[in-house]
Amino acid sequence: MSKTKRKIKTIKIDADKCNGCRACEIACSGFHSTPKYDIINPARSRIQVITHRLKNIWLPVFAGEYTPAECMGRDIYVIDGKEYGECAFCRQPCPSRDLFKEPDSKLPLKCDMCEDDPPQKEPLCVQVCLNNVLVYEEREVEEDDVFKSDMMEMSIKSVVDSYGLDNVVATLARMSEKS
Amino acid sequence: MRYAETGYNLEIDLATGNIEKVETDPKLMATHLGGLGTSVKMHWDRVPPETKPFDSGNLLIMSAGLFCGTPAHSANRTLFTFISPQTNLLAYPMMGGFLAAELKYAGYDKVIFRNKAPKLVYIWINNDKVEIRDASHLKGKGALETQELIKEELNEPRAQVAAIGLAGENRVFVASIEQSRSSSSRGGGGAVMGDKNIKAIAVRGTKNLYLYNGAKFMERLQEVTDYIKYRNANPIPQVMTILSGIGSPQEMKHTDEKWHTESFAWGNARERRKTFWTEEIEESWTKLQLNTVKRLISCYNCPQQCGGLIDYKGVPAYMMKCFSKLTYAMGAYVDDLSFSFKICKQAFEYGVDSFSTPQILAFAVELYEDGIFTDKDFEGCPSDNEGRFFWLLDRLAHREGIGDYLADGTYWAARRIAADRGDTRALAYDHNTTKKHEQMNIKLGMLDPLYFLMYGTNEKLSITQIEGNWPQAPFEKMEDRIEFVKDWPQLPDEKFKKYFLDWEPRGEMANPYYPTPQIASEIVDWMEMLHNIDDALGICAGMSSFCLKPPYHVHVFPKLISAATGMEVDEAAVKKIVNRSRNLHRAFNILRGVKREDEKPPEDHWKRRFPEIEENLLTTYYHYKGWNYDGVPTKERLHELDLDYVADELQRRGVLKDEQN
Repeated sequence: MSKTKRKIKTIKIDADKCNGCRACEIACSGFHSTPKYDIINPARSRIQVITHRLKNIWLPVFAGEYTPAECMGRDIYVIDGKEYGECAFCRQPCPSRDLFKEPDSKLPLKCDMCEDDPPQKEPLCVQVCLNNVLVYEEREVEEDDVFKSDMMEMSIKSVVDSYGLDNVVATLARMSEKS
Repeated sequence: MRYAETGYNLEIDLATGNIEKVETDPKLMATHLGGLGTSVKMHWDRVPPETKPFDSGNLLIMSAGLFCGTPAHSANRTLFTFISPQTNLLAYPMMGGFLAAELKYAGYDKVIFRNKAPKLVYIWINNDKVEIRDASHLKGKGALETQELIKEELNEPRAQVAAIGLAGENRVFVASIEQSRSSSSRGGGGAVMGDKNIKAIAVRGTKNLYLYNGAKFMERLQEVTDYIKYRNANPIPQVMTILSGIGSPQEMKHTDEKWHTESFAWGNARERRKTFWTEEIEESWTKLQLNTVKRLISCYNCPQQCGGLIDYKGVPAYMMKCFSKLTYAMGAYVDDLSFSFKICKQAFEYGVDSFSTPQILAFAVELYEDGIFTDKDFEGCPSDNEGRFFWLLDRLAHREGIGDYLADGTYWAARRIAADRGDTRALAYDHNTTKKHEQMNIKLGMLDPLYFLMYGTNEKLSITQIEGNWPQAPFEKMEDRIEFVKDWPQLPDEKFKKYFLDWEPRGEMANPYYPTPQIASEIVDWMEMLHNIDDALGICAGMSSFCLKPPYHVHVFPKLISAATGMEVDEAAVKKIVNRSRNLHRAFNILRGVKREDEKPPEDHWKRRFPEIEENLLTTYYHYKGWNYDGVPTKERLHELDLDYVADELQRRGVLKDEQN
């Protein structure tokens, strides 16, 4: 069976070490400007340090996938006696807040781990964080190239639950004709 | 396109409510850089010497430095300039925190306030939308509390807010402007802000700031970054802990306070307690500090951790920095550090200067103990040292009873008390001011030529913002000196190494004879220039001019300025620019009455004084700076600095006479 190698990129965030300086935001916005570093604007950064100074909360959060709908059910975390806001840990640009959106166009932003050519040794936010709050780790995983029929079946079942089997079959038929 | 600066100022007329966004002259960056430099120019152009501190025409300028908002580490200074009610001179207290960069991202380099609002207001700057808002509901609120209330009211947790407390509203001469973990303290900016009826300034910015060549800037900044890492890993071994690192003194991190508590004077800057730091004190202070400082925190874009989040039982959380940890305890003769953690919260809410205020309160205690203030003056005051300080602080902030005297600072208080009560004894208790401003609580033995010049001549009047790159004292052992000078890339010239190697703790090559007046002039001029560069760029002195072997220095700045602005400058050009601003500032204060005889440290600063040496020092230094015998910049010096218009004005007003040049 053939195998595929995949690189997993992780930034470990040791929030307890964060001194709230926001150098990460500055570096991120500079790196993603054109030409590189000519424009600085932390509001464009794909990492934001969520800050409530008097509550001892300094929480670096990275921009994730855009979602067109906001959550109806939300969570409030209390950790070590500190209450975090209901969107504190969320990575998603969404309609409920202006975080992780271009300030002018409101287009969503997403962390791309500073993909570059030639590659950066590590994302820029990690490079400028001199207190080692952000630590970059990379690992390679090797996976069998298997057709995961069970996962596919599970996915289709959820679509069927939503739209009914007849509609799904009709849609699949139409799609196969087009292709 | 403007680079590093935004190219716009906000002009706010508080009397009419008129707000204008004004494009600035691009040439000003070439002549004065930004920050303090361009602010001084504005005061020169618009505030005549007749203007009094509480006149409508006294401008209050809030400025970011040229590098604020760029990736330059620790470029986070917000600078307030105004005629000080205490000194009647142009004061420029700075603060760290987060506001300066936010202002740049909102699209402004400075906010210029003129005239007075008819009622208490706060200013809300949200990019292009700028409002003057009613602040009557915030009247009397604490300076820290106000920041939180405004952010809540605006529903903008990312706004940065500078606010005054009750002391500012009451025009207390030592009132500060507080913001996040920082404060702009010296000289009474809070009083001027209060006089203009501004309770707070809130800023949120989401705009771009442009660099001329960002990639080059980052490449050059890497040198600074690497040196920060190096210095953090390699504290200087030859000096005491508190001076060994970079950043402002790491008061929240270090617990060893032997040096401060035994070398600095307690009470009203009176006496050293040379055996204070016992094992028991060390143990109790260390334990308390480690339990109380919940987190070490920084200002914007700075890797250091000069501030601390304070959580002391019964006191709502707040942030503290630097020497305020000790000033109240030492002023009050309280040996328990918990007193500091309690009273600082109250003092920060009132918004008062942590250097001047404890000395003023200690001054009041002395007047009471010596019978000048009476039992009636102190009616209701607790008798213990802690309670007395809390009581006096309340009086000062409210200007209530004797607090109305104290609110004017020791210089003016002593004079008013002497006049009102017909008792001239009060004058002698004002013993630690230079140009009417309380100085650091230090009393030493032997005249120090460098410190004589720094205390006497600098416009800042606050030694921590003047001294820095040169060690405070010679090293005892030659091998330590050799080791120290071996790796000293910050020096402007190799000859400074010899000066340091030759400097002895005792004998002919020691204070007060060495450094000689000429060498002392060279060293002081260099240190002052570094501060002037920092103050124009908005860089924290803790990472530059105020610490030994800092990451920023004279050989680094030109490269960074060139890449950031596109204006090609070398060391000589940078030096000329800040000298220009320095001399403009000098001329401004000269027109406001500064005289040679004002330029001296407090009489009792050293036990052993040498009037002839001191005269020679001052004359030599003035000459070195291109100033005449009276300390006025000469026509030639002003011409070299393209300040002929200043020479004309000094001549027109009769301060500079032809025969003196």
